[in-house]
Amino acid sequence: MTVLPDDIVLKVSDLQTHFELGGRVAKSVDGVSFDVRRGETVAVVGESGSGKSVTSLSIMRLLSSPGRIVGGSILYRTSQGQIVDIAALPERKMRAIRGREIAMIFQEPMTSLNPLYTVGDQIMEMIRLHEPVSAAEARQRAKKMLDLVEIPAADRRLDEYPHQMSGGMRQRVMIALALSCNPNLLIADEPTTALDVTIQAQILDLLRRLQREIGMSILFITHNLGVVAEIAHDVVVMYTGRVVEKSPVSGLFAHQKHPYTRGLLACIPNASRDRGAAGERLRLNPIPGNVPSVTALPPGCSFAPRCSYRIPHCDEAPPLMTAGPSHLSRCWRHEAL
Amino acid sequence: MSTETLLSVQGLTKQFQTRSGTVRAVDGVSFDVKRGTIVGLVGESGSGKTTAGRCTLRLVEPNEGRIVFDGVDLRTLPEREMRAYRSRLQIIFQDPYSSLNPRLRIDQIIGEALDIHRPVKGSARRDRIAELLERVGLNPDAARRFPHEFSGGQRQRIGIARALAVEPDFIVADEPVSALDVSVQAQVLNLIQDLQQSFGLTMLFIAHDLSVVEYLCDEVVVMYLGRVMERGPSREIYAMPRHPYTQALLSAAPIPDPAASRQRIVLKGDIPSPMNPPSGCVFRTRCRYAVEACAEIVPPLEDIGSDHHVACIRQGDSEVISQGLTL
Repeated sequence: MTVLPDDIVLKVSDLQTHFELGGRVAKSVDGVSFDVRRGETVAVVGESGSGKSVTSLSIMRLLSSPGRIVGGSILYRTSQGQIVDIAALPERKMRAIRGREIAMIFQEPMTSLNPLYTVGDQIMEMIRLHEPVSAAEARQRAKKMLDLVEIPAADRRLDEYPHQMSGGMRQRVMIALALSCNPNLLIADEPTTALDVTIQAQILDLLRRLQREIGMSILFITHNLGVVAEIAHDVVVMYTGRVVEKSPVSGLFAHQKHPYTRGLLACIPNASRDRGAAGERLRLNPIPGNVPSVTALPPGCSFAPRCSYRIPHCDEAPPLMTAGPSHLSRCWRHEAL
Repeated sequence: MSTETLLSVQGLTKQFQTRSGTVRAVDGVSFDVKRGTIVGLVGESGSGKTTAGRCTLRLVEPNEGRIVFDGVDLRTLPEREMRAYRSRLQIIFQDPYSSLNPRLRIDQIIGEALDIHRPVKGSARRDRIAELLERVGLNPDAARRFPHEFSGGQRQRIGIARALAVEPDFIVADEPVSALDVSVQAQVLNLIQDLQQSFGLTMLFIAHDLSVVEYLCDEVVVMYLGRVMERGPSREIYAMPRHPYTQALLSAAPIPDPAASRQRIVLKGDIPSPMNPPSGCVFRTRCRYAVEACAEIVPPLEDIGSDHHVACIRQGDSEVISQGLTL
């Protein structure tokens, strides 16, 4: 019998997800571990190729071939209090969890909604797939969901198609769809990236409110550190398939214990820091070079070739080390930071 | 920095006819760009900022307005004469993937621009291409390779080299860093700045990322639903936005600091359809300060001193002013 501390909803341990093609192996997720506590939000941050989306797809078991979970465990506490390992669950049992227990929203609301069905039909389908209710009852529930995500004139909107709605409205429909079966855990993969800032602010507000009211946990995947600061309790920073830093949000923004995280924050333009006394522009501090491909990683620390703190020791791959209270860093020099 | 105006856009209007009606994408937009400065054009999707940028170069033909570049109204020029100006006006696109022809080598992509506007032959042409690649921080070997061999940031550098090939005076940069990863964005922003300084370039920088604009731009033009809501020196606008839309927009930008205090103004609803914009002030349907008169009057862009212009009939109200101070 597997045990999980009471307040933990999801425990990812040493997750390994590989893509094998033509004899070459891409270790897109290479030993990732983190916990999601009840009613809290964990943000997974990274640039393209960091493995953040593959991590979320692994948890949903939505990997497409040749992607495969080859190691580690994903322990999940169901709403009945049962603990299951998603990484090893038969697909038939996974179907009872996907959508109902763990729901997901994606970056592009246009491509994740079916253009041929009204939004009402799509929400009703979701409800009736998971619960034995009549069509009339499902429609009532669907209307309540649109009300919940603050879509005005919900009754009329139920009969509209996705193309008749704006981007922000569609993302609300996606959230309504995801929440229609009262999930325990919501995985949000860049849910505001395609939206304008004023609409992003509305959606973040909405997610915070729903979390407060429903008490669900959120795994929030993003590349935007501004959004992380707004929504996360805990932060997991990923680079080339590995966790490089992990910390509660306040600790991470106060003291970055990994040069990559520090570099990411330093290169976001900030006029109060990057402009001189007379208003002249100072140079930004970019991270040199590019993110390496996971099929051609440098030996040792994968960030070392771009790192200004590099020492000879970095040729040896660093483990995740304790760098402060609840703060982990995969850097030999975390104390020097 | 000279204060001579290189480009003056006056009353620029562009309408698109669609089956279901007329879209006024750009509606009477005016702004000036002084030589050697960078002006930011910001707005959300549907604000008309991209169309306004393209109209400025006559890549999209505007319906009305004047585009005075170096003393000449570009709209009065026949296409033959416009061609001579095209080399002085260049554009850098948002998407570094679709803006480079995948079937051409890099030397052909950059060479094409040279051949049309600054023809040189043989080794002089090769040298010029190598020089341009070095100038944007790429190895001259890149000339013999194809676009797919480069990362997004490198492709954006190639797009910049192509724009620079014809030695332009003025560049429209349409969201040049939006598609790039954060760590690469800063590299390209530094490059844009270096080039702007060493070539004395003048730029119209179209963006939705407000922190990039605050850092990079000398002046800002804020658009909403095809119209200019506010414009002026960026330091002043960021320190004290006077238009309720600018205030809401700036307050919505996420701050990468969980300890920062936030005075967020959350706008209700969505941007209205440009097919059927609200009467009077186009922002009034989402404005917390809207009064009855806002539906009647199209607010003129008023000069409130030191080049700061605001299009709001309530811009003088102490309530609106003090909101701008709390951000």
